[in-house]
Amino acid sequence: MIQNIVEIDNLSFGYKGRLLHKGINMVFPRGKVVAIMGGSGSGKTTLLRLVGGQIKPNKGEVRVDGKVVHQQDREGIYELRRKMGMLFQHGALFTDLSVYENVAFPMREHTELPESMIRDLVLMKLHAVGLRGAHKLMPAELSGGMARRVALARAIALDPEIIMYDEPFAGLDPISMGVICDLIRTLNDALGATSIIVSHDVKETFLIADYVYFVADGVVAAEGTPKDLEISSLPFVHQFVHGEKDGPVPFHYAAGDYKQDLMEMDP
Amino acid sequence: MTRVSLLVRLVLVLRKIGHRFVDRLWRLGAGARLFWLTLVSSGESFKRPWLVIREVYFTGVLSLIIILVSAFFVGMVLGLQGYNTLQRYGSSEAIGVLVALALVRELGPVVTALLFAGRAGTAITAEIGLMKATEQLSAMEMMAVSPVARVIAPRFWAGVISMPILAVLFSMVGILGGYMVAVPLIGVDAGAFWSQMQANVDWRDDIVNGVIKSVVFGVACTIIALFEGYDAPPTAEGVSRATTRTVVTSSLAVLGLDFVLTSFMITV
Repeated sequence: MIQNIVEIDNLSFGYKGRLLHKGINMVFPRGKVVAIMGGSGSGKTTLLRLVGGQIKPNKGEVRVDGKVVHQQDREGIYELRRKMGMLFQHGALFTDLSVYENVAFPMREHTELPESMIRDLVLMKLHAVGLRGAHKLMPAELSGGMARRVALARAIALDPEIIMYDEPFAGLDPISMGVICDLIRTLNDALGATSIIVSHDVKETFLIADYVYFVADGVVAAEGTPKDLEISSLPFVHQFVHGEKDGPVPFHYAAGDYKQDLMEMDP
Repeated sequence: MTRVSLLVRLVLVLRKIGHRFVDRLWRLGAGARLFWLTLVSSGESFKRPWLVIREVYFTGVLSLIIILVSAFFVGMVLGLQGYNTLQRYGSSEAIGVLVALALVRELGPVVTALLFAGRAGTAITAEIGLMKATEQLSAMEMMAVSPVARVIAPRFWAGVISMPILAVLFSMVGILGGYMVAVPLIGVDAGAFWSQMQANVDWRDDIVNGVIKSVVFGVACTIIALFEGYDAPPTAEGVSRATTRTVVTSSLAVLGLDFVLTSFMITV
């Protein structure tokens, strides 16, 4: 068995002539919770899409379970995706299906299980995220935190080997944030899966991650355990971890002379 | 204005026209590709017919009210206008033939398709566009489920099945509307109304041709609605523009195709 279930090797990706990633190297060992952190627009979510084979790299490769993702045909990619579960930023629940049907969806599509077994599995998955009692509700009736938990139950419906989380804490209240935080770690350990978290919430991510990669300017700017990074003296990491307004990432977007801009008549 | 700046403007205008042309051509190609993908991904729809039946309810059954009410009014107007013209030539009994032929050959398929594009087409585009904007299609892809097979193909076949049924119902209710005006209201003889219709409406040349038209319109309207939704930029503005484009493109396609089909069907 390959020790690293996902490997990103010298990966470059960009579009419209602009490179978003410039030679990124990362490894995701089995059973670990690994976080990818960085500012908005640094290409964190794009990395997840590259792992999932939704887009192809310009250079380098992503290997999932030893297989190069972009070299797979459609069947091969679907085969790899059956090993993955993904939690989207806003849940991406199917709005025309109930909570129950949302969680049952991957089971109905990929298995021939009898309805009684699907029912048991769905209720077990919902119980794991604390929402068994909400199985009859429609997505529109759920709060943001509940929707995220249902989406998590759906992501783990087929017991995936890799669970990917795209900004799992964004826009949640502190209680929901704590619940999701706890669930990510618990489910990862209970399922023996590997979790990849893309986030910019330092406190929550550092609580549950085993290893963290910082992405900035298209490269891995820093990496290490949360403890190492908390005391890191690297300017970018220090600014990010402590939420400082100014630093290597400037407060002001690049602009011309302030005085001259104010004097100009045209906007 | 100097000659150079005039030349620059001319180049800019030409570039804009060229860009629009290439863009339209690209969209036509992308639409054709989606059509092809839908056809080859239709196996799932036939293996799990309830996927299609559910969509027939949303596209067909829920369009019934607007189609039937419109048909009744169109039939009544045809009855009034037809009588007004025919009585000048002393052949007001032919009103039944006029109403039936107008509906079965032209108005049934065409008006149904236009209403279908406005009612069901826009709903399909908005639904697919919003599914894309809220990452539901991406989520499906990540679950190793093809959105074309699971979302697009069932809606396509539902549209193709619903359209001819709706068009036939439109013609039937339209004829009933024409009858209501011509017979009880104006006083045309009921026997003449029905018998002339029966004698002059041909099964193959009129009814089957009308149904063929409605099937073609069903394919066109549904694939346009699906493509616009699938291709819509994942924003509120993108979805709203796509919905508008669905109505405009479908209407033009229906009217254009109607001319082409009619020219093949009519033997001069």
